[in-house]
Amino acid sequence: MAYSKKVVDKFENTLNDPKAFNVGRFDPKEENVGTGMVGAPACGDVMKLQIKCEPSGNTHVIKDVKFKTYGCGSAIASSSELVDMLIGKTLEEAKAIKNKEIVDALELPPIKIHCSVLAEDSIKQAIEDYESKQ
Amino acid sequence: MTENSTIYLDYASTTPVDPRVASKMMEYLTPDGEFGNPASRSHRYGWKADDAVEEARSHVANLVNADPREIVWTSGATEADNLAVKGVARFYKSKGNHIITSKIEHKAVLDPCRQLEREGFEVTYLEPNEFGIIEPEQVKEAIKESTILVSLMHINNELGTLNDLQSIGEITRESGVFFHVDAAQSTGKVEIDLSTLPVDLMSFSAHKTYGPKGIGALFVRRKPRVRIEALIHGGGHERGMRSGTLAPHQIVGMGEAFRIAKLEMKKDHDMIAKYHEKFLDEAMKIEHVYINGDLKNKVPNILNMSFNFVEGESLIMGLKDIAVSSGSACTSASLEPSYVLRALGRKDELAHSSIRFSFGRFTKESDVDKTLSILNNVVDRLRELSPLWEMHLDGIDLDTVTWNTH
Repeated sequence: MAYSKKVVDKFENTLNDPKAFNVGRFDPKEENVGTGMVGAPACGDVMKLQIKCEPSGNTHVIKDVKFKTYGCGSAIASSSELVDMLIGKTLEEAKAIKNKEIVDALELPPIKIHCSVLAEDSIKQAIEDYESKQ
Repeated sequence: MTENSTIYLDYASTTPVDPRVASKMMEYLTPDGEFGNPASRSHRYGWKADDAVEEARSHVANLVNADPREIVWTSGATEADNLAVKGVARFYKSKGNHIITSKIEHKAVLDPCRQLEREGFEVTYLEPNEFGIIEPEQVKEAIKESTILVSLMHINNELGTLNDLQSIGEITRESGVFFHVDAAQSTGKVEIDLSTLPVDLMSFSAHKTYGPKGIGALFVRRKPRVRIEALIHGGGHERGMRSGTLAPHQIVGMGEAFRIAKLEMKKDHDMIAKYHEKFLDEAMKIEHVYINGDLKNKVPNILNMSFNFVEGESLIMGLKDIAVSSGSACTSASLEPSYVLRALGRKDELAHSSIRFSFGRFTKESDVDKTLSILNNVVDRLRELSPLWEMHLDGIDLDTVTWNTH
């Protein structure tokens, strides 16, 4: 299967320098942290996404993000791509992110679109978790 | 040309043509070579080509201790499997309509079996044990009055495990049932003696044994005689079992490859066994590595391992300078993990995490060393990225987690 150069580069860069690409974790118990985990090992992919937010005006802004992903190369690249999109966004802006933006940014092949859907789900779940704590 | 910095450890998928074989093949193509049609009986071009084809047939027969008249040329092991399974079933359908095979056969056997089911045959798919082996006892229990054929592979292409052909063959003989064996992975790896082995039909491939792609053969036993219905008609070549002008350059390639295999089997085996031992020793030092297959009953050229908490396709992408294959769903068009690993009862996540390393004649010790070092590094890095590894380190039993699946 042929991946675009963008997927390959994103995957390799994330693998080679995980810290620079926000691989890691926050303490999920912290009040300003929201955690989302989607997928299942039996299906071949699990994404865990964490956001750290601060109140700003009448909303909250994503200040930092950490993620870990088990899955194929395009699943890892999709999570990493999503992370780039999140920092500095308000929760409303983050909720509006659609999987199509990840598909386009990475030129994902049709058979791998589910990776981008999973990424979209992970941010939705992380925001839900964060909001439930506020 | 592929970059030669990529280490090739996918010999079970295909082997390069041995240069000695390639140079022999070159003699049967061009105007200054023996390009004739072996079926031309009226001139020396034809006679010379025919001589070459018959010499090659002897080399193939010789490797497995068969009679050259028992060797039928085909386009490869897939066609040989089709010819054996469909050929026997259709010829003997008045005797019975039941066929026995296993869940971990190659698609070249499974798909013809599916086709025969559509034609009204009944097929039993035996379950392998956890190591990927079909026990002779299972075959015995599955045979019934209407059984006409048992088709099982010798060496499993994903696992390298070996079935006990002698014991299974004794059972089929006793029951008057034909026994077909896919031996595509066997030639040049293990000794096969068809003069004593109770096997009726056996499929071979050239390109797994340093010969060219596009050529294979089917052994069809003469005594006791096996008859098959042809799949391809048009001239009655190969005693009516496989029509079509023979391809001397391909056939000579297979013959030469099998001749060399006979001479060098021990040398190849000993070298590969040494690499296998080294690779296994080092790779098993990585935590949570599992062997798929049976270390006590397998060939050393194939080693299938699962690296828990790491997904196979990402591992293959991480191992970009090494050519290997994976049982991961993500490397296949179907998005299904390897049916072979699933049939062993492996958890899906371990099937997703599996990699097959296969070594061959041109593998160097430095290839093994370099692969081990890259493998260690990539597994570490992917685990650092893996939420499953993190949960495992936190002491969470992944089997107790409720997952958010789609």
